[in-house]
Amino acid sequence: MAGPSPQIEKAVLMDAGRVARTLARMAHEILERHPDMRGVVLVGVRSRGVPLARRLAGLLREASGVEPAVGALDISLYRDDFTMIASQPITKGTEIPFSIDGRTVIVVDDVLFTGRTVRAALDQLIDFGRPDRIELAVLVDRGHRELPIRADYAGRSLATARQEIVQVLLREEDGRDGVLLLERRARRAQRGGARRGRARGRRGK
Amino acid sequence: MSAFPHRHLLGIEPLEPADIQVVLDTADGLKEVLDRPIKKVPVLRGKTVVNLFYEASTRTRSSFEIAEKVLSADSLSISTATSSVQKGETLLDTAKNLEAMNPDMIVIRHASSGAPHFLARHCRSAIVNAGDGAHEHPTQALLDALTLRQRKGRLKGLRVAIVGDLLHSRVARSNLWLLSKMGASVVLCAPPTLVPPGIERLAPVTWRIEEAVEGADAIMVLRIQRERMTGGYLPSPREFFNRFGLTEERVRRAKKDVLILHPGPMNRGVEIASEVADGPYSVILDQVTNGVAVRMAVLYLLLGGGAGAAS
Repeated sequence: MAGPSPQIEKAVLMDAGRVARTLARMAHEILERHPDMRGVVLVGVRSRGVPLARRLAGLLREASGVEPAVGALDISLYRDDFTMIASQPITKGTEIPFSIDGRTVIVVDDVLFTGRTVRAALDQLIDFGRPDRIELAVLVDRGHRELPIRADYAGRSLATARQEIVQVLLREEDGRDGVLLLERRARRAQRGGARRGRARGRRGK
Repeated sequence: MSAFPHRHLLGIEPLEPADIQVVLDTADGLKEVLDRPIKKVPVLRGKTVVNLFYEASTRTRSSFEIAEKVLSADSLSISTATSSVQKGETLLDTAKNLEAMNPDMIVIRHASSGAPHFLARHCRSAIVNAGDGAHEHPTQALLDALTLRQRKGRLKGLRVAIVGDLLHSRVARSNLWLLSKMGASVVLCAPPTLVPPGIERLAPVTWRIEEAVEGADAIMVLRIQRERMTGGYLPSPREFFNRFGLTEERVRRAKKDVLILHPGPMNRGVEIASEVADGPYSVILDQVTNGVAVRMAVLYLLLGGGAGAAS
């Protein structure tokens, strides 16, 4: 069975200090738009969106004195590519222990890529109630959208190649903070090389 | 990562401990959906499940049906009492006809052991065993394990007494496999007439319920089927209750935080006293709720991508 494609690290896009400063800036952007935080809740997309949402909530409390409630969304039951993926994600459960009716819900995720995760998150939120407004906050927007979705708060926007991987590391999940740019080594190329080799061998016989 | 590398769920015996762990973890994650205001997620939209029940069932069948509806699968329930089986159609013909309608999964309960395995050999659909004869009832064992794990935080090291009609019980077999694989120790208790030959090779057997429940973390009570009481297995329900019934007095021999489980339907005053069934240690209704979560997990793992869908 084929394992995950090998990845090589190309660059460190953000170190721990930069992650902290970026989150602080995002918290202030949220406050600028919502001076009264009482109607705002944060919902993190599992897994790394949840610690990011908790950190933002802490920063918002420091800045405004009001700590917004934080929930967690597991979008695996709402994925539109569910039957196309090779293995099932283990669902970790959605926890929204508050009403979202009439509130501003800020969905928090680590990376915005095709937009399909956010679409799934929106579908799921609508099943929980009717917010007045839903906004999106991401640490990194790497482009390549497949749906008309944009971030209201983006810590950093990057131009990336499709085959590259943006990996966000958080101390809560990974033991350290940082953002890495990785490149997936195409297994297809390796297999193609092997096939070509075998074909050459056959032709040689 | 292939979370659950099986195409069918035919029993607990062929599963690895890691497979059982995946089902329980998935069920834990999915259980939260049942508490939502809208108890429906779109994950199995467009999938069709046929529930083919050759034996009477309330709990298991409705549990599967709810699980299918919550996950947005289209489901069709067939009871053989109202189907072509009454006209003499064989299991294979019924299955082939259903197969021609292209369902993604068939959930089958059958009085003959091995019926789900037979379907799995002849059908393209994923097959789930919802109870086959006296052989296995894997989803019941999984929901029992989920209930134990939620309450005790673990399965490894638990001492579990399984008490009642071991001879006819598919629940006992599946639980015995599962608990042993997960590191729990099991003690079996039944009258000699209701002990299947050879089972003592899998777990210690006692004829004294007091000995079985001594220091137990959990007691699983099995249903005594009243219709079988006349077959010479037991003198009378009353005598069975006197010798093997789970009473408050007997429960006191177990650990202080013992859990009482029963797969249902219960015969109150036969295998279990009402005070115990409704008492503080009973988790019988938790089992019912967990039954839906476990069946959701099985549907999710077998129908949503993974080995089953890929093959």
